[in-house]
Amino acid sequence: MPPVDVEALHIHDLAYSVIRVLNDKGEAVGPWAGQLSDEALVEGLRHMMTVRAFDARMLMAQRQGKTSFYMQALGEEAVACAFRMALRPGDMNFSTYRQQGLLIAGGYPLVTMMNQIYSNAKDPMKGRQLPVMYSSKKDGYFTISGNLATQFIQAVGWAMASAIKGDDKVAAGWIGEGSTAENDFHSALVFASTYKPPVILNVVNNQWAISTFQGIARGNAATFASRGLGFGIPALRVDGNDYLAVYAVAKWAISRARMNLGPTLIEFITYRAGAHSTSDDPSGYRPKDESSGWPLGDPVERLKKHLTLRGAWSEERHAQAKGEIESLVVQAQKEAESHGTLHNGPHAPAGTMFEDVFSEPPIHLIRQRQEAGI
Amino acid sequence: MTRMTMIEAIRSAMDVAMERDDNVVVFGEDVGYFGGVFRCTAGLQQKFGRQRCFDAPISESGIIGAAVGMAAYGLRPCVEIQFADYIYPGYDQLVSEASRIRYRSAGDFTTPLTVRMPTGGGIFGGQTHSQSPETLFAHVAGLKTVIPSNPHDAKGLLIAAIEDDDPVIFLEPKRLYNGPFDGHHDRPVTPWKKHDLGEVPDGHYTVPLGKAAIMREGGDVTVLTYGTMVHVALAAAAETGVDAEIIDLRTLLPLDFEAIEASVRKTGRCVVVNEATKTCGFAAELMAVVMEGCFHHLEAPVIRVTGWDTPYPHAHEWDYFPGPKRVGAALKRVMEA
Repeated sequence: MPPVDVEALHIHDLAYSVIRVLNDKGEAVGPWAGQLSDEALVEGLRHMMTVRAFDARMLMAQRQGKTSFYMQALGEEAVACAFRMALRPGDMNFSTYRQQGLLIAGGYPLVTMMNQIYSNAKDPMKGRQLPVMYSSKKDGYFTISGNLATQFIQAVGWAMASAIKGDDKVAAGWIGEGSTAENDFHSALVFASTYKPPVILNVVNNQWAISTFQGIARGNAATFASRGLGFGIPALRVDGNDYLAVYAVAKWAISRARMNLGPTLIEFITYRAGAHSTSDDPSGYRPKDESSGWPLGDPVERLKKHLTLRGAWSEERHAQAKGEIESLVVQAQKEAESHGTLHNGPHAPAGTMFEDVFSEPPIHLIRQRQEAGI
Repeated sequence: MTRMTMIEAIRSAMDVAMERDDNVVVFGEDVGYFGGVFRCTAGLQQKFGRQRCFDAPISESGIIGAAVGMAAYGLRPCVEIQFADYIYPGYDQLVSEASRIRYRSAGDFTTPLTVRMPTGGGIFGGQTHSQSPETLFAHVAGLKTVIPSNPHDAKGLLIAAIEDDDPVIFLEPKRLYNGPFDGHHDRPVTPWKKHDLGEVPDGHYTVPLGKAAIMREGGDVTVLTYGTMVHVALAAAAETGVDAEIIDLRTLLPLDFEAIEASVRKTGRCVVVNEATKTCGFAAELMAVVMEGCFHHLEAPVIRVTGWDTPYPHAHEWDYFPGPKRVGAALKRVMEA
């Protein structure tokens, strides 16, 4: 493990290799191992299982017509869940729509997430946003845009503000490998390189940008991590399906930021095992068996195997945990549905549509609201 | 009171805002060490340090995007885009992000930021230093759009913009930086030092956003305008002898409906003047506002005078710029109807 004040040029190899802790046998090995207790790992496993169970229920709810849209994180749960455990209260994530693990691992109520997905009467976003576009300042979760990549430079700006105020809070920007092609990714790297604010720039490489494979955004010559090197930003490439490796690298990068040593770029290699969203069918653009052939395996299975090897877990405990989690998710769903669903309501009153456009409603909005009669 | 140019007034506004609130930070291209290509930020870095006034890379999307993140943290960034013509790479961060953060998070996050940019023509800037893109901002729900016509208003409006809790686009008519310009390009330039509206209070004051100013009271026809064209309209009224009531809108959004409607109901006639291109320009919106609110008071069709629907030309600037001759002709025409 390199010292946290390392210069980018001394760790070039880490942008082209893959940092792993769990080997194929399920053992934790190498310099990044040994950071998490049995209890912490069991908690991590439960977080990932909760994300998976939550996604499965919400996918089904969308198919049942209870909401318009859903996006699952199937196969890449370790990235957000493990990263979240390395952050502190007050830190801020500028995430994409596929980091629900940040909220779930942070203890955010499942019912509130579902209320948002259903756009029901208790949706904190008042029915204004597509499902999964959560926002919670107190939980360190910046409002999701849905326009790709814009949040990446915003994370850099937030971190610059933290540095200007002499604060020790850090920001984490999140982006998919496909949208690294957007200008916001490049402006984020320029600003991060120029001002060296306390920001972690996370590229989640799940291989697929809807239907286009990662090479369309990357070209053939480089890794996504290596994009950071030209900017003098330390860059690491990590096995994103290895909970222990994600945590170890996240902790390293976050402590760099916390000590005001500057930004870090991390590429998490993972695999989007499901569709991009409920609006596409992967069988139209990739082989059906590709997911099962993915060499880095499944993050839940890998952590389960490791914990079992450590003697901290068993098939029996796993089945029991799965049952408990599923029943928690079902209970949450029942409660959320008691507050309404998209098509059946109830929703926030329609007049709230005119609120929060500005701090105070200007006269044209007051007139339009009167005209709408709501 | 001190006589100031509009540049000095704008600088004074940032100075006052930075003095009063540590959360105000200023940055942009050439803004820090050099003090801006128009000198609007000269001396601010020396006074407030490099943490609060600094140079940015040439990346408008980066400047606006970083400002959104800073504002979400709790700062009040006031950023400069070197020319309004350069805003387009940053437009996505304004339209899709800054304008909607409060709405989409239901007030959980807000983005109190000000984006300053020199606008308009009259300086032989060609197509890349002369555009008037105000409509592109006024059209966006969640953005406020401000455009002063003199040093006094510029300072008061800019302080109000920085203190406002919403994102504000602050357009600075660059032809007015050093003096009022009535469109007579062949006459000597009048400096602000010799003009009453160059009188600017030294300390803190605000001109409220959303309030128009009556620059000339009159009974025959209402002229709705803003920015450089305020001075062109004043010249046109003087030269034609038409008793025009000239309204400087100052803020395009929120728009001062009361002032517009009260004046047009009084005069029964209206000419709308803007420097920008004609089709879907802000003049078209003003005509619609007058039709919706004052139709039964109108004694003549509303006329607009605007720039032509071409890119802004270089050599033919004075054939393009809607000067006092065209505005005067419109005043006479609306009186004949």
